[in-house]
Amino acid sequence: MNALIVAPIVLPAIVAALSVLARGRRQRVGAALSLAGCVGLLAIALALFAQASGGAVSVYTVGDWPAPFGIVLVLDRLSALMLLLNAGLALVVLVHALLTGVDRKGWHFHPLFQFLLTGLNGAFLTGDLFNLFVFFEVLLIASYGLMLHGQGAGRLKAGLQYVVINLVGSTLFLIGVGTLYGVTGTLNMADMGLRIAALPTGDRGLVQVGALLLTVVFALKAALLPLHLWLPRTYGGTSPVVAALFAIMTKVGVYAIIRTTTLIFGAQVTGPLMLPAAIASVVIGFVGVLAARGLREQAAFGVVGSTGTLLVAVALFEPRALAAGLYYLPHTTLTVALLFLVADLIARRRADHGDAITPGPRFASMGPIAVLYLLAGIALAGMPPLSGFIGKLLILKAALAHQAAPWIWAAILGTTLLAVIALARTGSTLFWKGRAGEMRHGAVSRLDLLPAVALVVLLGALTVGAGSVTGFMDAVAGQMFAPRGYIEAVLGQAAVR
Amino acid sequence: MSLEFLVASAIAVLTSAGIWLTLRGRTFQVVLGLAMLSYAINVFLFAMGRLVIDKPPIWGKDVTEYADPLPQALVLTAIVIAFGMTALVVVLALRTFLETGTDQVDGLADVTADDDAA
Repeated sequence: MNALIVAPIVLPAIVAALSVLARGRRQRVGAALSLAGCVGLLAIALALFAQASGGAVSVYTVGDWPAPFGIVLVLDRLSALMLLLNAGLALVVLVHALLTGVDRKGWHFHPLFQFLLTGLNGAFLTGDLFNLFVFFEVLLIASYGLMLHGQGAGRLKAGLQYVVINLVGSTLFLIGVGTLYGVTGTLNMADMGLRIAALPTGDRGLVQVGALLLTVVFALKAALLPLHLWLPRTYGGTSPVVAALFAIMTKVGVYAIIRTTTLIFGAQVTGPLMLPAAIASVVIGFVGVLAARGLREQAAFGVVGSTGTLLVAVALFEPRALAAGLYYLPHTTLTVALLFLVADLIARRRADHGDAITPGPRFASMGPIAVLYLLAGIALAGMPPLSGFIGKLLILKAALAHQAAPWIWAAILGTTLLAVIALARTGSTLFWKGRAGEMRHGAVSRLDLLPAVALVVLLGALTVGAGSVTGFMDAVAGQMFAPRGYIEAVLGQAAVR
Repeated sequence: MSLEFLVASAIAVLTSAGIWLTLRGRTFQVVLGLAMLSYAINVFLFAMGRLVIDKPPIWGKDVTEYADPLPQALVLTAIVIAFGMTALVVVLALRTFLETGTDQVDGLADVTADDDAA
């Protein structure tokens, strides 16, 4: 049954290739294919999740080449969790895109969407460092196309910067991988972890250089301060639907940091640098939320802030904090996606204002949308009753024993206040400061609220099921901090001894 | 001059030229800089398999020294990706120039060029 592990990579790739063929009048066929692909992906992700949640690490050797020589795909609890989150988010975002007709604004929305899923799933599954680079490139190429989908001058300007900064990131990635290969002579992550531990002290410096370079690249993807500057413009410039899917792309960076740190490098290399950077991104992110002039920009700064909060938990590098961060991870992904979807709902109904935070006349289905915005705001700020509150509480509790606890507490609690102020002000401007007049808009059906409601339901489920979810996250963190099982599964038991 | 020195200094020159050009303000120079950087990385990756001459590329029982074939495969992959990316950036830069009328990376209007035209 291990061949199922490769399915999350192969299925979207096939769907993407097929949906390229469906163009013009057959566009509906492409949309149906894409939707079916997403549903199938969700089913596969659920099956894999069930397989991995018991704690077994399953390995798929591509081409049946034995482990340190060939490429392996490894499924453990963390990758299963990321696959499930990705598949769920992709389905919701795709339904939103179909309902609002964003996929018909340009060519090849569905192939790009599916290739992005291929790259994301590959990055979550691979156990090979160079293969991780390749999947990063796959997802980046697809994201370039999606980001520019629909075009427009502003989008092109932001897109060029996004592409250039990621190309520089890819270059650094290659330097890091090259250095590590030069020192250890392997690209398999499990094998590299073993060999680094057995390295003579003279070579440690080179390993550190490679490790730090890789961490810089992952931090760039995760938009960690000071490498966050590209994100607000990119996410604020693209269409909100695409930005909602991009919510998971910063989490790829976080995932890669967790994976490489626990499996290969150990916490001492990156820990001391990452915590201050993470705290600073929390602050900058939520100050940006306060200062933003448009809903998309606000949500984009929300990405920076909440990913920063997540990285604070990760940067502590101990099982309890990681478990808290992992609980916060699906929460922040879904929340930010929800904010982008709500921004899209509002912008579609305010033809004259778009997503600018300005008072305007009443618009269609204002009541339900206001409630959705309120819930998204509560979730982002981390107020009860939604899961953000529990997540932040867990992170604060886990940080209590750490020497930087005052900084962490001050940053997270202070930014919660900032977020409450910012979101309350935005909400009252949009929904209460009504202006006389009629809002022009095309025929919009209420149906397009469904995906956003689905995200709220997921957030609610995350809150109601917090007990069992945190239990599972503890298990995930436990597995991450005992990489022996992973290494044994990949290389066989003889290698560890 | 040893082979190591030649390769190392080639990587150094390419990298520094690449960094310099990437930090320039116009898209054409940035694209050139990215291309330079990718060349530097290709040579760097290649050198990571150690520089050996006239040795078989595959290990065997009677072979004591061999050239590492893996970095060559990595370089091939990196070349393909860098080539595709460069093509994409060129198209994107052209499109941005045609749409916004400026080839500055920050998208702001080009003041000095206007002065020249006037």
